[in-house]
Amino acid sequence: MTIAIDVEGVEKRYASFTALAGVSLRVEEGEFFALLGPNGAGKTTLISCLAGLTRANAGSLRVMGHDVVTDYQAARLALGIVPQEIVFDPFFSVRETLRFQAGYFGIARTAALDAWIDELLAKLSLTDKADKNMRQLSGGMKRRVLVAQALVHRPPVIVLDEPTAGVDVELRQTLWSFIRELNAQGHTILLTTHYLEEAQQLCSRIAMMKQGRIVALDTTEHLLNAFSERVLRVKLERDLPDTLVPLRSKQQGAWHQFEIHDYSEVESLLARLRESGAVISNLEVTEPELEAVFVKIMHQDQGQDQDQGATR
Amino acid sequence: MIGFQTLLRKEILRFWKVAFQTVAAPVLTSLLYLLIFAHVMSGSNAAFPGVTYEQFLIPGLAMMTMLQNAFANTSSSLIQSKITGNILFILLPPLSHWNFYFAYVIAATVRGLTVGLGVFLVGVFMTHIPVHNVAWVLAFAFLGSAMLAALGIIAGLWADKFDQIAAFQNFIIMPLTFLSGVFYSIKSLPGFWQTLSHLNPFFYMIDGFRYGFFGTSDVPIWLSFSAALGAFAGLSAGAVWLLKSGYKLRQ
Repeated sequence: MTIAIDVEGVEKRYASFTALAGVSLRVEEGEFFALLGPNGAGKTTLISCLAGLTRANAGSLRVMGHDVVTDYQAARLALGIVPQEIVFDPFFSVRETLRFQAGYFGIARTAALDAWIDELLAKLSLTDKADKNMRQLSGGMKRRVLVAQALVHRPPVIVLDEPTAGVDVELRQTLWSFIRELNAQGHTILLTTHYLEEAQQLCSRIAMMKQGRIVALDTTEHLLNAFSERVLRVKLERDLPDTLVPLRSKQQGAWHQFEIHDYSEVESLLARLRESGAVISNLEVTEPELEAVFVKIMHQDQGQDQDQGATR
Repeated sequence: MIGFQTLLRKEILRFWKVAFQTVAAPVLTSLLYLLIFAHVMSGSNAAFPGVTYEQFLIPGLAMMTMLQNAFANTSSSLIQSKITGNILFILLPPLSHWNFYFAYVIAATVRGLTVGLGVFLVGVFMTHIPVHNVAWVLAFAFLGSAMLAALGIIAGLWADKFDQIAAFQNFIIMPLTFLSGVFYSIKSLPGFWQTLSHLNPFFYMIDGFRYGFFGTSDVPIWLSFSAALGAFAGLSAGAVWLLKSGYKLRQ
């Protein structure tokens, strides 16, 4: 398996602060990978280093095996970036913008290119805007054009930096089904987002960053299991019998909460409730949530961050 | 090569799509200069024997317009892209610093030559303009436009806001062009100012360009050519070095 994105010991310092304090991570070809972290954690700086927009002070970055500094042309050909900020060229229409972008990547204007541009426009619901000037588009449409621009040279590695910020639900779903399709075709996807449920649903592996370091890096499943529990919530007719109070993790009015690790624990807990004479009027089991994992990891002691910084 | 061609086409389209502002307006401005100065100065001593003031003025105005527009093209394109952020679109692809340099300089030279041709055509309608040696005319037209295009790259990379480009234009480009002998022969100046004019690279551009038309000039043509070529090479080296280093583009 080829390593699609290989980041080793990358450091980036600005005059007064350190944006990246030694980041290492590897994303394998075909992965759907999430890079999460609060604002200012260094996610965008890392992506900028990968794209050659920023030069790292130390360490190395490779895209599909090509070093982003010494072999920058091959590295950039392999990479499609959807930037966080909405930018556009007011001189051109949507179609012109895409043709130019393809040209910059060395793709000649052929019927095949025009067909691919038409396909991209259709997938991103932009067909009827193709000949409109970029200025006439709404923010959400401009963002979709940015996605099309990143894909126009068919890069094997696609980086999306908060692609759904301020985007409506319908578009978000269209976008994700398209990105999933690309992933299924073998494209590697690196995603940053503040919508953690998106990352949880889409990504197989997750890295979390804080203050320029990677503080967690594991499969989504492992992270959820290690840091977040399933919860059984029951609503009782009367108070919880005293014998069961030590098992309870939380109480909100008539709702009582019990942490469980496995569904098999549900039955025994319910049996004990029944035996103690409790009458259940309502019940629910909640799944682990990435948001809970995120909050726990971000509140971990600073000292622990250091140790996990080297995790890959 | 396709990448370079695309960037060049984009840079040319960028000014061509607003040709009223980038081509027609400077030609009109020169026409106004020409009408006013030719009227005011009519009957004054011609700088060169057998050359009327109007004839003398036209190549100077054409060169001045070429220089200003070539500079405006690269500098405004870069600062606009930087400020709007769409410079990203050309920083992400595998374009080299040479691609950048040649695409920007050639596009700006095309604009310079287009505007210069416009001024020349307007001049042809007004008076007879002799052409002594078309090769020198073209050589200086190319060199002048390309030199200011390179300077425009440097200014466009350095500036962080439009105000700084305007300052560059108004405090450096404008004085250097107006004091380079567009409107007069520097031989009419007192000694000190003549000496000072010889330090101005724009003077050699205009003097050499004029030689192409009249076969007479203030300084020998090869001196003008060497000075122009030297200034062009120096500014180009600076522009290429800045582009290669990623100055203010890739930090």
